[in-house]
Amino acid sequence: MICQECKQRPATMHFTKIINGEKTEFHLCEQCAREHGHMFTFYGNDDFSLNNLLAGLLNFQAPMKEMTANAFPNPDVLQCETCQMTYHQFTQIGRFGCVDCYRTFARYLPPILKRLHSGNTAHSGKIPKRKGGVLHLRKQLAMLKQKLQELVAREEFERAAEVRDQIRSLEDELRRRGEGDM
Amino acid sequence: MSFEKFFNTAVSAWMSQEGPDSDIVLSSRIRLARNIVDFRFPTLFSSEEAMQIITLFERTFAHRSYGGAGRFELLKMSELQPIEKRVLVEKHLISPHLAEDSPFGACLLSENEEISIMINEEDHIRIQCLFPGLQLAEALEAASELDDWIEGYVNYAFDERLGYLTSCPTNVGTGLRASVMMHLPALVLTQQINRIIPAINQLGLVVRGTYGEGSEALGNIFQISNQITLGKSEEDIVADLHTIVQQLIAQERAARQALVKTLGIQLEDKVFRSYGILANCRVIESKEAAQCLSDVRLGIDLGYIKNISRNILNELMILTQPGFLQQYAGGALRPEERDVRRAALIRERLKMEERRKMEGDER
Repeated sequence: MICQECKQRPATMHFTKIINGEKTEFHLCEQCAREHGHMFTFYGNDDFSLNNLLAGLLNFQAPMKEMTANAFPNPDVLQCETCQMTYHQFTQIGRFGCVDCYRTFARYLPPILKRLHSGNTAHSGKIPKRKGGVLHLRKQLAMLKQKLQELVAREEFERAAEVRDQIRSLEDELRRRGEGDM
Repeated sequence: MSFEKFFNTAVSAWMSQEGPDSDIVLSSRIRLARNIVDFRFPTLFSSEEAMQIITLFERTFAHRSYGGAGRFELLKMSELQPIEKRVLVEKHLISPHLAEDSPFGACLLSENEEISIMINEEDHIRIQCLFPGLQLAEALEAASELDDWIEGYVNYAFDERLGYLTSCPTNVGTGLRASVMMHLPALVLTQQINRIIPAINQLGLVVRGTYGEGSEALGNIFQISNQITLGKSEEDIVADLHTIVQQLIAQERAARQALVKTLGIQLEDKVFRSYGILANCRVIESKEAAQCLSDVRLGIDLGYIKNISRNILNELMILTQPGFLQQYAGGALRPEERDVRRAALIRERLKMEERRKMEGDER
């Protein structure tokens, strides 16, 4: 179903207004619903309970705003150039509008991500193959460095030396490949 | 359509196989959320963008075969009847959100229904692999291989620091949701479950009812999944969930033994009464059906009931949902009509077991 207001985006919000027994149905996208001032509490769908909850979590950022007011731009005027999503909208909906939102709102994301992911803010899982070998090499390098520390702590110096050599050759490899990529 | 024919087409191929620990774990599922660069997320994308994404996947993957899973078929939500969409939801092949709220939603479904790729749900794609029993690592491997295959054709939104970029910040990083469906009647009966659920939640895992968020644990079936997607590797996420599931299996088995010891004949009586209801009822509501099915399944696991296949719980939990009932009836049904149909369908299914048993005996 297409949004009855902009007739472009998919209608993701559906509500029924009953005034004096007369029923009117609305099918709007989130952007138009917002512009028309409809409350998000009209969500009748179970699926949105999580998002409502999430929006609450994100809004919890308010005190942070004061703390960071001098260092960061005012989040209320922060807007993604690609999809026009404002930071305020993001905290209301709990979802990003596009990939670039992550960059636009980057400064405000770490505390949110920490709260959602048990204190974690950095990915340590799969890397898509297409992103090239450099990322894989860097990941391998990070793993080897950790291994080196463990080996040194356990005083296994012979194996540590092997790992150190591996690290060196990886770093050389990265330097060679990295010129354009790093 | 004859019941047997309906039944054979309604039950996914993977469902009739037994997996490891399938006395307690019904299925393992891996879901990977992925987005494609150059398109806005489904929250804000235009209908043109949505259509381009569908076309991209249709051209690239529809009618193509993938390993043992068979050919992919593309189903557009806008072209499906409401009952057909419901059936897909009831089989856990698509989410309720895709069926109801995604006007540009589509789904690539493999022939054996082990793989489904939801298109234009909350993210551009959601890859899903379903395996019987406790096979999280296997399902992860299958999903990851499929992910690599798809990545050969499309450019994923990925950030070196944040990982796979998803529409919702709760999925960023691995985009991975691993979940298992568990049948835990003894933990419910001994009320231990009330103590266990909060403990599991504290470990960063979520316990939900059968059909996800907000749904009730019908028939003592619980879905347990990871909540954290950032900062842990896919393997670690799956391993952590696997560990907790194994502990739950051990606790459920211990509780079953304790119940047999303390209740004895009363437990057997409870099981056979439920069997009696299912075999003879003429009207039955979904809640009662689910509870009786849970009892019968427990009876099978405990060796009280011998002639019925173990899959009966998984199958009938799905087949007695409104979508399937209406598909079986060939049209829309009022709730009270569904209760009559549900009773008939369950009796038919049990009769089918008897016939199979008799044929087996003759051989």
